Amino acid sequence: MKSILKPLLMVATIVLGSMVGAAAPAWALVELNVNKGNVEPLPIAITDFQGGDALGAQISQIVTADLKRSGLFAPIDKSAFIEKISNPDAAPRFDDWKVINAQALVTGSVSKEADGRIRAQYRLWDTFAGQQMAGEQFFANDANQRRVAHIIADAIYERLTGEKGYFDTRVVFIDESGAKNARKKRLAIMDQDGANVRYLSDGRSIVLTPRFSPNRQEITYMSYESGQPRVYLLQIETGQRELVGNFPGMTFAPRFSPDGQKVIMSLLRDDGNSNIFAMDLRSRSTTRLTNSTAIDTSPSYSPDGSKVVFTSDRGGRAQIYVMGADGSGQTRISFGDGVYSTPVWSPRGDLIAFTKQTGGEFQIGVMKTDGSGERILSSGFQQEGPTWAPNGRVLMFFRDSNGGPKLISVDLTGRNEQPIPTANFASDPAWSPLLE
Amino acid sequence: MGRIAALTRNPVMIALVAMLAIAGCASKKTPNSAADLGLNGAGAATPGSAQDFTVNIGDRIFFDTDSSSIRADAQTTLARQAQWLNQYKQYAIVVEGHADERGTREYNLALGARRAAAARDFLVSKGVASSRLKTISYGKERPVAVCDDISCWSQNRRAVTTLSGTGS
Repeated sequence: MKSILKPLLMVATIVLGSMVGAAAPAWALVELNVNKGNVEPLPIAITDFQGGDALGAQISQIVTADLKRSGLFAPIDKSAFIEKISNPDAAPRFDDWKVINAQALVTGSVSKEADGRIRAQYRLWDTFAGQQMAGEQFFANDANQRRVAHIIADAIYERLTGEKGYFDTRVVFIDESGAKNARKKRLAIMDQDGANVRYLSDGRSIVLTPRFSPNRQEITYMSYESGQPRVYLLQIETGQRELVGNFPGMTFAPRFSPDGQKVIMSLLRDDGNSNIFAMDLRSRSTTRLTNSTAIDTSPSYSPDGSKVVFTSDRGGRAQIYVMGADGSGQTRISFGDGVYSTPVWSPRGDLIAFTKQTGGEFQIGVMKTDGSGERILSSGFQQEGPTWAPNGRVLMFFRDSNGGPKLISVDLTGRNEQPIPTANFASDPAWSPLLE
Repeated sequence: MGRIAALTRNPVMIALVAMLAIAGCASKKTPNSAADLGLNGAGAATPGSAQDFTVNIGDRIFFDTDSSSIRADAQTTLARQAQWLNQYKQYAIVVEGHADERGTREYNLALGARRAAAARDFLVSKGVASSRLKTISYGKERPVAVCDDISCWSQNRRAVTTLSGTGS
């Protein structure tokens, strides 16, 4: 298999000095406050990067698409541009950009080095302050053209919002094809915008619920390949697979601990109920965290590793519970009208995303970690399985309609829902951390 | 997956699956056995064959929403299954547990497992040797009926008793 993630990339990041206004301005630079309830998207002009033939325009297009899909930016149509940028390193004619209400302007260039690498640089300008806000230069090998664009989009997002970006990330998911009663399911990985899809399994066995390691090019998932459904590890680069533990019954619902050293999952008991175990990947020792005659599943660690949120039907119907990472203090936190499942702790630690079934609908929502402040972000006939972008601002989930599931992203306001393009049906998305 | 492939190559199984799919979307009736589906091929199957079990005994039971309780109608079917299995002891048995799509994936894997265990325990209570019985959950991954309403969901909430060839 062709290496997907390895040929890393950024040999050097060089900060480009400002050409104008070297001193800090007395007035505030343009910025977005993403913590305000109702964010008005920021008008931004992203010019085609100079040089590199079609590559310059392609980088500009990827940056534009990333920023637009975030819902926080309103890229201005290129046909409205007045100034044609000829030297992306020189100060633009700010008046030409102010008049089309571009509050921020991106210029850049791309070129091929003698050693075959790509050099890409961008500058971010505050048009109303008449000043450069940021400028960086990256080197990448040929295979990482799209990554360069995503990294630039992340830099712009971070500079203007004060939050980390999430565009230079990948998503593992299940590619689904064929009739509903004979679905072929393949493990797949792609960039967060749907590009660069690669298949990691051949579709001969049912595969489900892949999840990224926080710090290795590795995923954990569930497969029926041995006949009995079990949790596996897969090294993305080498394709090497490994069974997690040697348990008598079905293992399922795996996730990594935040340090990547443990996999937490459900283990089926002989009485038909399911309990939660954690397995240390180095020592192979397992720890039982729950011991109930109920379904306990879908465990997810808090980002500091001290707690676990999970689903249990011990109270009758499925609800969300939180416990210590050693299984102590198991406490129900969801009390709304409905059935709750698939809890996932935000990478920021502040929220838990979930699927809620109520009134014949499936809803994607978030609540605080004590169960208060529930907000529904999306409702539909059949949808489930939220996963967090690494900055904790956006969720991805899957919605089943028109014959099969597709991936959707939604931001924390619930107002910006975006389809993620995939060739086939797609389910069980899991977002990677920011790539390194 | 060899066992599954072998079963679906069996023409009776294909017919049964097809009939279930048709019945599922055309009628609100919940079939509870192959006989209910008009598949009791009037002794066409050799007594003691897998076909005999599927067609004349009924290989599946159905459950209420989010429940793994064995209903009264399902108890009748399972008792019939146990009697047959106790007569033809050469078979090893795998009980498959399934859920409808109106639940989330991981929860439904657990629910399917609980249904398979409930059916298995009932068969054991009727004298089937537990050493012959295994269970597997497919959650909501293998629906037999594929419409988007209750007539299909009720058929997908099932436990299917499958004969995995002559037992070890």
